[in-house]
Amino acid sequence: MRLDQRLIAGMIRPRTRVLDVGSGDGALLDYLFRNSGCDARGIEIDMKEVTRSVAHGLPVMHGDADHDLAHYPDNAFDYVVLQRTLQAVERPREVLRQMLRIGRYAIVSFPNFGHWRLRLQLLTRGRMPMTSVWSRPWYDTPNIHPCTILDFLTLCRDEGYGVQQWMAVDEDGERAPWRRSIRLANLFGEQALFLLRRKDGPRP
Amino acid sequence: MDNAIPATSLSHQSVTFAEGLPLDCGFHLAPVDVAYRTYGTLSPARDNAIVVCHALTGDQYVADPHPLTGKPGWWSRMVGPGLPIDTDRFFIICANVLGGCMGTTGPRSPRTLPDGTQEPWGTDFPPITIRDMVRAQKLLVGHLGITRLLAVVGGSMGGMQVLEWAATYPECVFAALPIATSPFHSAQNIAFNEVSRQAIFADPQWHGGRYWECGEIPARGLAVARMMAHITYLSEAALTRKFGRRVRHEPGKGGAGGPGALFGEMFEVESYLRHQGSTFVRRFDANSYLTITRAMDYFDLGAEHDGDMSHPFAGTRTRFCIVSFSSDWLFPTSQSRLLARALNRVAANVSFVEIESDKGHDAFLLDEPDFDRTIRGFLCGAAEHAGIA
Repeated sequence: MRLDQRLIAGMIRPRTRVLDVGSGDGALLDYLFRNSGCDARGIEIDMKEVTRSVAHGLPVMHGDADHDLAHYPDNAFDYVVLQRTLQAVERPREVLRQMLRIGRYAIVSFPNFGHWRLRLQLLTRGRMPMTSVWSRPWYDTPNIHPCTILDFLTLCRDEGYGVQQWMAVDEDGERAPWRRSIRLANLFGEQALFLLRRKDGPRP
Repeated sequence: MDNAIPATSLSHQSVTFAEGLPLDCGFHLAPVDVAYRTYGTLSPARDNAIVVCHALTGDQYVADPHPLTGKPGWWSRMVGPGLPIDTDRFFIICANVLGGCMGTTGPRSPRTLPDGTQEPWGTDFPPITIRDMVRAQKLLVGHLGITRLLAVVGGSMGGMQVLEWAATYPECVFAALPIATSPFHSAQNIAFNEVSRQAIFADPQWHGGRYWECGEIPARGLAVARMMAHITYLSEAALTRKFGRRVRHEPGKGGAGGPGALFGEMFEVESYLRHQGSTFVRRFDANSYLTITRAMDYFDLGAEHDGDMSHPFAGTRTRFCIVSFSSDWLFPTSQSRLLARALNRVAANVSFVEIESDKGHDAFLLDEPDFDRTIRGFLCGAAEHAGIA
């Protein structure tokens, strides 16, 4: 399991109900079931991965963040996880709303567009940055809603989500997570990981 | 055309429930015979039982040769030692559905008239529902001393029974595997069934449903019904791959006239369908076909809940695995997705897979490695969660 997945697993209390949106090969689901006794389920857009997961006995359904979260009832889960996908969904704000409607907590990871290498490339070359994380040209990328860590924090504030935890990690998950200054994280963190809770009071 | 007689005289493994069964239509059907087959061994804890539900024209002979046709069981590639539904681990039960013609009480079963004489039910057999079929299976499962099933599995109409099992007896169904099915029978599918039925009614040997009195069966009508239905089980790609436009030259055969006549030669697809029709009438009863197709037409999980298909599953703890096939236009993926979303609305534990296949609705009976892996994996996962080693 990738380091960022281990960090996510560390945020999830044992024996809770978890929905992993974009569950991929099901590694996190399998870990949460076997090690934490969680009722962990997945939604995955790639049918090959869905078939592979179900063939491993994991409860995964074909679907995606934009279209399938709306069908779940309020408070169906303790945690709803969205790994490395927020920048690729059609309506990120609505997806976050749905996550915090059906779950008490949302765990979101995304690649940070504020990383210094991207800033430097845009400044010096004047063209859309291309890095190992942002590796596809602008006309071909599935990442239609890139954001920086500061952008994401602003959205959380506007929507009234409480940030329970945050950390910055590098793409390959080789180095330990980083939890110091958020401004520095926005410059040096390749990936961000947030644990959000729903705002208090009645929801709109 | 006198094949109906040997079929009725076959003996099947069965159990008789003298107290019978109250049906959805209000009629109390008694006694009720349920013919069934079992495979594998029931564990001492009686916790490894799986019910397999058969489709419209299937029967209880899942994995052993069919007594009438001698062909291998209809799911012998799926059910057996070491196969995805593994008889080395699980105890498999399959019953002929209520209304069927392979030993379970149906239109061909005898009834006693007020004057004490006996005759087949025929068209007087009460209308039954998919839920009635499941109630009969529940009697059998209880008779076998099983209180909770590890899983209920079935494709097409078998999938409808799976859904009724989970809706009617949620505490008895640990895992449910509805395959190539739908939460309700669509207008298109009712339409196809109606054409099938009209073909039977139009046969002069139908005799108002009392064909046994003349020692005849409405073979042409039933064969046409089967031919038409069989097209809906396939896909254009599958038909093209199997037959294309190839023509079969058989002198003296193939209808009116010799060479040069309008029907002097026969496309291979025509020959195939005729064969399907003619073999079917040897093993299936026309009144059963009418009764069972009607039960499918009535099937609608939301009917008693203002169209809300999730309502029957409120609070369910059953693990579901919905499987559809990409080229199935009779029970398309869109209908399975409706079912998946209905189950999402009650936060049920649901897996949902669409298997890529060009074989149409029949794909669930055919060789599809991804499908096999899905079935095997889901059942193993269910067994693990149920605490069965």
